[in-house]
Amino acid sequence: MISSTMRRASAAAAGGAALALALTACAGDDLGGGGDGGGGGEADADCAAFEQYGTFDGETVSISSTISDQEADQLEESWADFIACTGITIEHNGTNEFESQIFVQVEGGNAPDLAIFPQPGLIQRMVEGDHLVPAGDAAMEQAGANYTEDWLTYGNIDGEQYGIPIMGSVKSFVWYSPSTFEENGYEVPETWDDMMALTDTIVADHGSDSVKPWCFGIESGGATGWPATDFLEDSVLREAGPDVYDQWVDHEIPFDDPQILASLQRVGDILQNPDYVNGGIGDPRSIAATAWADAGLQVLEDNCFMFRAASFFEAQMPEGTDVGPDGDIFAFYLPADSADEQPLLVAGDNVAAFNDNEATQAVAAYLASAEWANSRVSIGGVVSPNQGVDPANASSDVLRLTLELMQDDSAVVRFDGSDLMPSSVGAGTFWSEMTKWIDGQVDAEQALTAIEDSWPQG
Amino acid sequence: MGFFLYSKNGQLILAILAFAAVMAVLLLVARLADRAKGRRTVGVMVAVFAGPALLLLVLGQIYPAVRTLWMSVMDKRSEAFVGLDNYAYLWENPAGIIAIRNTLLWVVLVPLLSTAIGLVYAVLVDKSRLEKVAKSLLFLPMAISFVGAGIIWKFVYEYRGAAQDQIGLLNALITWLGFEPVRFLQDAPMNTVFLILVLVWIEAGFAMVVLSAAIKAVPNDIIEAARLDGVSGWQMFWRITVPSIRPSLVVVLTTISIATLKIFDITRTMTGAEFNTQVLANEMYEWSFTFGDNGIGSAMAVVIFLLVIPLVAYNVRQMTKNKAVRG
Repeated sequence: MISSTMRRASAAAAGGAALALALTACAGDDLGGGGDGGGGGEADADCAAFEQYGTFDGETVSISSTISDQEADQLEESWADFIACTGITIEHNGTNEFESQIFVQVEGGNAPDLAIFPQPGLIQRMVEGDHLVPAGDAAMEQAGANYTEDWLTYGNIDGEQYGIPIMGSVKSFVWYSPSTFEENGYEVPETWDDMMALTDTIVADHGSDSVKPWCFGIESGGATGWPATDFLEDSVLREAGPDVYDQWVDHEIPFDDPQILASLQRVGDILQNPDYVNGGIGDPRSIAATAWADAGLQVLEDNCFMFRAASFFEAQMPEGTDVGPDGDIFAFYLPADSADEQPLLVAGDNVAAFNDNEATQAVAAYLASAEWANSRVSIGGVVSPNQGVDPANASSDVLRLTLELMQDDSAVVRFDGSDLMPSSVGAGTFWSEMTKWIDGQVDAEQALTAIEDSWPQG
Repeated sequence: MGFFLYSKNGQLILAILAFAAVMAVLLLVARLADRAKGRRTVGVMVAVFAGPALLLLVLGQIYPAVRTLWMSVMDKRSEAFVGLDNYAYLWENPAGIIAIRNTLLWVVLVPLLSTAIGLVYAVLVDKSRLEKVAKSLLFLPMAISFVGAGIIWKFVYEYRGAAQDQIGLLNALITWLGFEPVRFLQDAPMNTVFLILVLVWIEAGFAMVVLSAAIKAVPNDIIEAARLDGVSGWQMFWRITVPSIRPSLVVVLTTISIATLKIFDITRTMTGAEFNTQVLANEMYEWSFTFGDNGIGSAMAVVIFLLVIPLVAYNVRQMTKNKAVRG
């Protein structure tokens, strides 16, 4: 309760102020989604920020995405003043079945104007089908000003920019309990070796049949296995480096390259060691059958001390959990071999357009802008890789930390590799072979070889 | 149109309007057909009442079937002809073989077990005082979706290490009795059997209801004649009840087999098709929608289709026979 109230309060303070100003200043009569701002005067100084997008008379832009429920409401709130000032109505349609629905829509000749893609691989498939148009000039201008080269790569298909990253998460986090760490005098580790030394210390101090240093789970229904792919990707990025990571994702080196094998074995040193896992649940094999978030919640029970998961694990906390640097649970950056390098594994949503109507392009440009990113981040729950976002707008400590890591110039950033690979690998054999490996059906080498063999030809 | 297409209320109103319009047209046509006189009446009636159904059947079933057949010999984007390559995948890939093996296991075990349980249950509660309550109890799981049932049973099968508190019902019982906890969903091939039990739990109610009705339809004079001859309960069951309801038994068995061939929700929610629990329908879904390969996905759909055809044919034959018996 505490954290969610705080989150709402800070969101209201930061976002609400701007929103209220905009609404009272320039809300038209019923421009849809404008809420009850009322009041209404003529065009005003507050709409000046939106002048560059032009004004439209009753045009509608439709957006499809995976974003639903509360998050969808927050999304709609984030562009309320934009639609009030420009006259564009944005129809947002979020569905949990987006990944398959978008193909049905597009191939049925019923494409939305814009779509927010969670996986760059989907953009690739859309471009191959000739459905998307490249980002327009206004959107490109915003993108160039607000995003790093690394982030723009993922929406860039064959040298043409289609997708622009608008929201993101950092995956390279280890969740821990600051209060428990403090009681035991443990320090947040800064290198991988420190982390393994801490692991051994925890085994010596607390190790028992039920309390272990780590917990982990990869069960996720039809997507079982994905958390293990993230761990391997993080490990490759740290041990083999970003260049090898790129070659691996692009299949320029075989999936079972010795460097990848070494990284998987490094992950196995943690996940397959019965002394290290699986706190509060069972032996290493239990990882395969435990829901990923359930495993992480063992940190709150002090059954385990560390849990590697993305920034969005915050949303899985039971109500009333105190998330923060002095609270019940918080996250530290998953260390690399040296404290100087901080490679970052990220994921995020890219917006791409299906047509180059003026209104569509205006919305795309707005979503790529720092104004929108700040508006969305202040409402809470997400962060954006947009470099123009003020970390002070983040709605929680974890999101602030995420933003700071994202905006660190020296950070090497790489997108979640399984999202970039062909989907029969990235959402197929990569998931299933990692599950078999954790379940003990195959060893690391057999798992990687099986994935390599499944890579689609040509 | 914007309002109708995008807002939920708009869509609802649109749906209601469309429904009302269709009903109005049907009623109007039916009334016009009523006016047709003499010999033409039958023809007009058939056209009016069977026509829309036939049209929908062609649009909704036959056209997609033909298109699926066509897509199954094309590449993943349905652009180039690849012959039987997509089918070859099924036989050459270890995952495909596991899916076929498991699907067969499902199709054999689910109809047999659920029909057997439903039959025995129907006989046992027949004419007992609590018949209605007892039947409702077994029938209740029918009301739960497969996904819902999967989630419920996942909790029942939940595994925790021996040193932990068990949170799954079955493992709590097992450890309470002093045994080691069992990984119900993780150890092949038994995990497939545990998944199968979930569908049996659902389908047994369906079998029971149909068979119970059939049992009640067995003529009383046969039963009385048997009683006079002094048959035991066992003989009554095997010599009188089972032969008398044979056509219903076949319909129940084949209907459940057909439902079983399509099963994928239970596998998907409970194991995500991992630990060697893959089934054909789930693999078809993954290839078509997750991996975006229309070719292999369609090939799998065609294989399921081919497996269903003999069952449907047999089922239909038995149903017509049933009708012939009842007159």
